Amino acid sequence: MQVLITIVSLGVFCLLAEIFNLRKLLVPVTVIGLLAILGISLNLWAIDPSMDEKYASMIAVDSFSNAFSSLFIILTIFLVALSGDFYKENQTKISDFIAIKVFLLSGAVAMVSFANLSMFFLGIEVLSIALYVLAASRRLDVKSNEAGMKYFLMGSFASGIILFGICLIYGATGYFDLAAIKDLSSGAGLPIWFPIGITLMIIGMLFKIAAAPFHFWAPDVYEGSPAMTTATMSTLAKVVAMAALYKILSSMTSSLTPTFEMVIVVVSILSMTIGNIMALRQDNVKRMLAFSGISHAGFMLMAILSLSTAASTLLYYTAAYALAGIASFAVIIYITRNKDNEATANFNGLGKTNPLLAAVLTASLLSMAGIPIFSGFFAKFMLFTDTIKSGYLFLVIIGVINSIISVGYYFKLILAMYTKEAAEEKQAVPFVYYFVAVVSILLNILIGIHPSLVTNLLN
Amino acid sequence: MNNILNEIGIENYIFLSVLLFCIGVFGVLYRRNAIIVFMSIEIMLNAVNLLFVAFSTYHQDAEGQVFVFFSMAVAAAEVAVGLAILVSVYRNLGSIDIDNLKNLKG
Repeated sequence: MQVLITIVSLGVFCLLAEIFNLRKLLVPVTVIGLLAILGISLNLWAIDPSMDEKYASMIAVDSFSNAFSSLFIILTIFLVALSGDFYKENQTKISDFIAIKVFLLSGAVAMVSFANLSMFFLGIEVLSIALYVLAASRRLDVKSNEAGMKYFLMGSFASGIILFGICLIYGATGYFDLAAIKDLSSGAGLPIWFPIGITLMIIGMLFKIAAAPFHFWAPDVYEGSPAMTTATMSTLAKVVAMAALYKILSSMTSSLTPTFEMVIVVVSILSMTIGNIMALRQDNVKRMLAFSGISHAGFMLMAILSLSTAASTLLYYTAAYALAGIASFAVIIYITRNKDNEATANFNGLGKTNPLLAAVLTASLLSMAGIPIFSGFFAKFMLFTDTIKSGYLFLVIIGVINSIISVGYYFKLILAMYTKEAAEEKQAVPFVYYFVAVVSILLNILIGIHPSLVTNLLN
Repeated sequence: MNNILNEIGIENYIFLSVLLFCIGVFGVLYRRNAIIVFMSIEIMLNAVNLLFVAFSTYHQDAEGQVFVFFSMAVAAAEVAVGLAILVSVYRNLGSIDIDNLKNLKG
């Protein structure tokens, strides 16, 4: 609760900073503020490790929500740190961009700490509306307009479906409160509206996490949006939506029916396969990462199959994926900042002109592909172990095959960096890109070497 | 109020809302004018609001009506952003036909 309040007040402060002409100080001050909020959130564990508090039955702070909130805050710190240089040309609007990012974080935190469906709906809308604005934020660029428009149409369509789901659940149970709904859902005699409502909510959430067959908007939107927004969508927004989907399912139903598990298996296989196969033939890096994100969504959906035990695995997987994503996007934002496209050719010879950035990008791609010592490998390992335990061996086999396919397109980019000749000279890189890229990849390797750092949080 | 609900039956309210919702869905999927697509999204949201109010009376519980206020506020904010995007699309392309948005392909 304190976390949510402080995030919102930080957002208001960002808007006020514009009035007092604090634009130069804004990014450092916001980063410090977010670090302080991270401190508050981590401190909650020190005070009471088994926290389980409810505030007016709207917000529930437990270790699940606190762990995911901390992850979101860390990701936002990186994204805000990068924005200072990224919006250099739009100096007059910087406080708007930063404030939108901070409010987006408040929506994200609300989406994992809700105890009432109205809080969940408000959280998802705060997050989505902030992202619509960010996607269309380069208003003179037709591509950004198109991305914003497509994202808006798909996003509000999905919100409508989620709202209908919430409405049917309310109709069936008479409550918005999650605990009350869970009590009722285990008993018999609920009207047919209840399963329909849950199904509609899940369809809407699958739209938001861009899992096949609801993924068609993602590549276009990721490609057209400004690189900074793509970074936000593919790391923060995807992780938030996944965590929220997990929380909805685990806190509203006591167990999944076999039919429903079959649907999740099919969606997971489709997402992994479509994402990987389409990514193989992309030349645009952002588009490639969009398809890679679709396939990762498929992997994350496996966590839902072992619903009662997989929370820490999901946290670990999302942390590994998002940190690798931030590291790779720090490099991509730097490389493509003055280009009008994101073709792989822009990365030619990066290994010679800028070995450090090339090494970070290589490491983050290897982590996404699931190569050991990077946490992506251990994340997949834990996920596959959980899935085998719940009896879906064939799903794991398909997952392994897909991991091997994914190495193909990640290596295409790595080969371009190390074997092709550079087209341009080495340029001075602002320090913040190095800082964000190196720190996030080091965090990634750190949780790879000590997985217990993350997994212990939820046990 | 309750008597009317008993006489008509909650099922009929659900059928009406589902019908309106489907009109909205098909509007989003088949119409190409962005304004009409926006209106279809509004129809979807308002169909849900109608059902919320009906369920609220059915359960004799005010929470559902409060939720309608939330969802109306959210819908207003959403449409404000959507119209802003629409204006910048119109300035760049000179049209609001969403079939013209075809630059991104791969």
